[in-house]
This record gives sequence, C-alpha cells and structure tokens, in this order.
Amino acid sequence: MNIAIIGNPNTGKTSLFNALTGLNQRVGNFPGVTVERKTGHCSLPDGRVAEILDLPGCYSLYPKSRDEAIVLEVLSNRSNKSLFPDLVLAVADACNLKRNLLLFTQVADLKIPVILVLNMMDVANKEHIKIDVDALSRRLGVQVVPISARRKEHIQELKQAIVHAPGIALQHDTISVESLAPELVDSLTAKFALASPYSAIQLAHQHENLSYLSPEQSDLVEATEQQYGFHSNELQAKETADRYHFIGNLLKDTLEQAHESREQRQTKKIDFILTHKFWGFISFFFTLFIIFQAIFAWSAYPMDLIENFFSWMDGLGRSFLPPGPLADLLLDGVLAGLGGVLVFIPQIAILIGFIAILEDTGYMARITFLMDWAMRKVGLSGKSVVPMIGGLACAVPSIMAARNIESWKDRIITIMVTPLMSCSARLPVYTLLISLVVPDEKIGGFFNLQGLALMCMYLIGTLGAIVVAWVMKQLIKTKERSYFILELPVYRMPRWKNVGLTMYEKVKAFIFQTGKVIISLSIVLWVLASYGPPGRMEKVEQKYRSDAFRKTLPADEIDIHKSSEMLENSYIGIMGKAIEPSIRPLGFDWKIGIALITSFAAREVFVGSMATIYSVQDEGGDPAPIREKMAAARDPHTGKPIYTAATGFSLMIFYAFAMQCISTIAIVQRETNSWKWPIIQLVYMTGLAYLASLLVYQLFK
Amino acid sequence: MQTTLSELKPGQHGIILSFTDLELSLKLMEMGCLPGSEVVFERTAPLGDPIVITVAGYQLSLRLQEAATILIEGIRTEKMTKDYK
Repeated sequence: MNIAIIGNPNTGKTSLFNALTGLNQRVGNFPGVTVERKTGHCSLPDGRVAEILDLPGCYSLYPKSRDEAIVLEVLSNRSNKSLFPDLVLAVADACNLKRNLLLFTQVADLKIPVILVLNMMDVANKEHIKIDVDALSRRLGVQVVPISARRKEHIQELKQAIVHAPGIALQHDTISVESLAPELVDSLTAKFALASPYSAIQLAHQHENLSYLSPEQSDLVEATEQQYGFHSNELQAKETADRYHFIGNLLKDTLEQAHESREQRQTKKIDFILTHKFWGFISFFFTLFIIFQAIFAWSAYPMDLIENFFSWMDGLGRSFLPPGPLADLLLDGVLAGLGGVLVFIPQIAILIGFIAILEDTGYMARITFLMDWAMRKVGLSGKSVVPMIGGLACAVPSIMAARNIESWKDRIITIMVTPLMSCSARLPVYTLLISLVVPDEKIGGFFNLQGLALMCMYLIGTLGAIVVAWVMKQLIKTKERSYFILELPVYRMPRWKNVGLTMYEKVKAFIFQTGKVIISLSIVLWVLASYGPPGRMEKVEQKYRSDAFRKTLPADEIDIHKSSEMLENSYIGIMGKAIEPSIRPLGFDWKIGIALITSFAAREVFVGSMATIYSVQDEGGDPAPIREKMAAARDPHTGKPIYTAATGFSLMIFYAFAMQCISTIAIVQRETNSWKWPIIQLVYMTGLAYLASLLVYQLFK
Repeated sequence: MQTTLSELKPGQHGIILSFTDLELSLKLMEMGCLPGSEVVFERTAPLGDPIVITVAGYQLSLRLQEAATILIEGIRTEKMTKDYK
C-alpha cells in the first residue's frame, strides 16, 4: 500500500512522517530529477506494511519551485504503480485551517482516497480553537483525524483510520470544477481517460511539467487548449477564489477561532527584537558568531578522532597487505582520499544541524526577511544568505540548502557564488602561507598582523562572491520573475529528533553521493603521482640504491629525498613542469604547479603536497617544519627566495578564488542536474583566480 | 479611499480590493490574500523592504514591488492593541 503525505510547509508534515516511520526511512531522488524523495515503512494495526512517501511541502498543486512540481507529477500519474498513492494523508495545521485547506481541496478533487489530518491539535486546544471534526468530516466526505505529531498523540488513531480508509475516493466535490472550463474538461477527460474533471484542469495547466507525458500527448493537450480557448492564469485565479469561497463557507459552521492566538502575539513580541532595525542585525550576527564558534570548536575533537581512525586503518592496512602497488593504491590513493574528505563530516554535520534548527524554529524566515533588500541589490535573494554563510564552513551542504530558493535564477547564482566564500578547507592553506609571508607583529599594540591578513582573505572571498553575483545577474537572462512571498511562521521550539534525523540523512547522502567521485578521482591522482614515463622512475630508484650516493646523506633523509625526486619524475611532476610557463607570471614555480594540480581535488591537499615536495614529514599538522623549508627555498637561477610576499599573496588569492574541490563539482552537478553549470563554475573560478593572482603578483613584485 | 498595500503605514488595516498583476495575484491568492479579506500592515524590514503583513490569520512577508500590485480600500488606523491577558 502506497501512502503519500502532503501539506503546506511548517505544518509538521515531517514530524508526522517521522512518527509513522521511525528510523525505517530512506532518502533518495525521484527518477530523473534531483528532488529529494523521502520514503519509509509503517506497520499498520491489521498487519499490512505501508510505504510512506513524504512529498515536498507546498501551498497548492500549482508549483512555485522545481521541488514542488514533483507533487502533481506523483499525484497525477496513475500508471506509475510504485509511486502513485493508494491513499493521501493531507496534513493541515489546525491553527491555520483556512489557508491549509486550499491544498486539501485540490487533492480531494483529484479523486484519490484522502484522509484529512489536523496536526498541532495540542496547540489549537491551548489557543481555544474549536474545530467540529465530525461536521467537517460529514461536509467533506472524508475521515478527519486530529493528531499532534510533535507529541506523538493520536498516531494510533491515524493508523486505524488508514486501515479503515476506503479503496476508492468517496469525498464530496468541493467546488464545481467542470464549470471552470466545461468543454475542455470533457474533451481531455475522454482523450486521456482521466479519473476526475480536476485532473483535466491540472493536465491543461501543467502538461509541460509532467515528464511522463509523451511529446505527442503534450501536443494533444496543447491543441485541445487552443480549441477551447484556455486561459491558464485567469482560470487559476477563478479556481483559487472559488476554493477559498468554499473553505470560507465550510469553516463558518465548523470552526471557532479567536482573532489572534497567544502564539502569534508571542511571535510578534519576539519579532519586535529579532527584526528590529538595530537589534535585528545584532542578533543575526550573534547567531552567526555562535554557529561559527560551534563549527570550529565542536568539530575539533571528532575531526581528530576521524584522522586517528584513518591513520589506524592505514597502519592496519600496512601490516596486513603485502607491500606493493595494490597496498599503495588502496592506502595512499583510496583511503587517503576518503580520509581527506570524511574529516570534514563533523563540520558539515554541525552546519546542517544549525540550519535545521534555524528552519525548525522559524528564525530562518526572519534572516531571509532581514537580508532580502541588500541581497537583491547584487542579484541574489534573501534566501541566498544561509547558503552563502554556510559556504564559510563548507560549500557542499550549503549548495544543498539552496534548494529552498524558488526562483531558478536566484538559485543558480547562489550555487555559482557559494564556493567563493572561504570554506574551512582553505584555512590550512591560508594559515601556512600567512605564517610564511606576513610578519608576526602587532600594529597599534593589539591588532595582530597575521590575524588581520586572515580576515582580509575572508573579506576578499565574500567580496568576490558579491561581485560575481552582480555580474551574473546582468548575464543570465530569464523570463521568470523573481518574487518574494514568504510565510513567517510562528516561533516554535526545535524538534530535536527531527534535527538529528536531518543531520543523519544529509550526512549519509553526502558520503554516498560524493564518495564515489572522490574515490575515483583520488585513484587517478595517486596513479599520476606514483607513476612516470617508462624508465624515469627506475633511474631515480637506481640512483638512491647506489652506495656512492647513499653515503652523501644521513640515512633518515634518504627516503624523504627519494620520494621527493620520485614525485618530480612522476606524471604529475611532469605536468607541474609543463604548466610552469603559464603560472610563471603569477610568481609560481613548478613545485607550486604540482601542488595546484594535486589540490585540484581538494584544497587542503596543498599543505600535504608541499610537505612531500619539500621533503618534510607533516607531523601532526604542525606547519612549522614545512614553513621553514619553504622559507629557505631559493630560485635555482637567481638565488632569491621563492616565497616572497608577492608570491605568497598571489598564491593565497589563487586559493581564495579557484575551484579546487571535487565534492563541490559533484554536488553542483547533482543539484543542477547538468554538467553545464559545474563546468561554467570551474572555468570562471579558475579564470578569476588566474587573473586576480596575476594582478596581485605583478603589483607586489 | 483606495490605494495600494505598499503605501500603508505600520499598524494600518485595510481590505483587499483587487490585484493589478494577474500572475502575482495567483501566488498571493494561494497564500490567502483574497479580495475582500482584511490585511494588517505590521512592519517593514530594517532597510524598508520587504514588509510583513498579517492576512488570513498568519504573517506573510513580501516585497514592496509585490505589495504595490495589491489594491486596498477601507483603510483604518487602529490603535496598537495593548497586550491583553
């Protein structure tokens, strides 16, 4: 038995889903599109097991975003047996029945068996909202079940109602759908053997969005529309007005509600502070401050654990696998690559958790409201704020969070600029380079010069994102209008279980979906760094084996020098030399070239690569030994230091702007469902990085 | 007196008369902004835009450019209701 849950945003749809399915849930995608598909199993009192599908929250069947378009796709395709629901649970917030019932009447008119679930009854009772459930049920011809998903109240009654639900749709008509467009409805119902007049109306409105229709079928709908003079917008306006008229009449007899609830008054009081001219911004920045403190402070310990786990795995692998290419590939390639990414999971999880809390409490809507004006000026929307701030920790979950943006253009621009925000992976690169080129001095007694430089890097990234967004705003043309109509939900305490489940599900999705790409790319990089053209690596081996050479160096340095020279003669070393002419103007030599290539997959690899190249073991992440070697590095031709201020700054700017993150490329591909956008992003960011570095180096030289 | 929602001042009530933009009106109506229903202009964002209104029993935020497409009649200024127990 398939059951779909549908409802407005902020109605506790997800709480109900969690209450019904518990941990038996799975997150995937709908076939062919990147819309999150949450399904789960629920055992019913009669022994059957129902497959529950949580559809994206929406205010009506007319979609405002791509995610919402999936709702009608599922509810109208009766031939798809695995998705089409046998029963719909229409969830409505009992405290705001009027607006919530609009979606219910639309679903009911599709003539799919439906149960009206009145959620948040506990709050409604407290607010003295009286709903005549029996009368409502009689008038609509459906079962009406009052519950409180948050408190898990009456879930058993709901399950019982599901068992008793009739197999066919028995609900009464809500509005007179046929009278909206009689001939069109008749014609389409006959041609497509539709189950209800309202299916015909929706087919006429949305046939272009429905992927299961063949081009011929879609053309047939179009032709029928032409024949009967179908005006989509006007008809929709009339339908919505009719529906609200019906709902108004219905609630006149079944609902008693005070003008303003206590919850709303409380919300207004909180809003007076949180959206205040002065205190609003203060609270916003304070929230950000807390989030960043948490991301860095709380993640330190689990990150250590993960790193230790991977080095333990590495040691384990070394002791069990016979030494050779296989062990090297598995340990240096796959395990190291995976470890480099998985180490960021604590930060990602904490960020996702905070975003979930902000959304659950209702504060997210206020942030959006507060920042919309400023963000709009540069081609973004208030809803871009959260992904961009999140980008300071990690672009991957932030780009996923951009799904909430309805406008396609706003969403694309947000996705395109989020990776410019300096993420935590850039931090080790900045730290190393700043310690190299910026003196550890205080100016004015308390401003640490190095700290100031670090802050500048974050500012430059943010500024870059704003400028690029503005440019893209001018370049991307769209017929779609940007609009901002957003419910400000009442403030509620976060549901900790939901927050936990969101963290768990999103992290799981991150590991599995980006993990594949990361593993395959790590293997490629490892092969390129471990092998060279025939003959060259052997020569190095021979050189280090000869006794004459071994005497020139202390024993403990031999291996380090050897691995450095091997790297130089590997494919990647050759590539580094090959790109040297093109990066010379930026002040980089071939060694930096290697680091640029190896850190293509992940920026933080830079430090490790530098360590290998400069023959230093990176012990416990302490950059000091690498720093000393790098500071001592001299240009073989001129004898001058390589890491001058000009090169250092140029390199930092390069890392600030360049797209060096496989996970981000993978997630952008998944979120936009095309290779076009990740490629544009890769090209523009690399181009921007090159030009900016060129400018910096030439100016400071 | 007839004006647009964007010209109301915080605290003013009005009745929605009609819309000047069909496409936007669809989205607004779905969110409960129906001709004949009462709206309250609650407040503006710190930078003056967007605004918050109360309509159909909940708070809705929208930009001034969208509010300008909503025609309002019967404007009255109510004294800010003090919190009553």
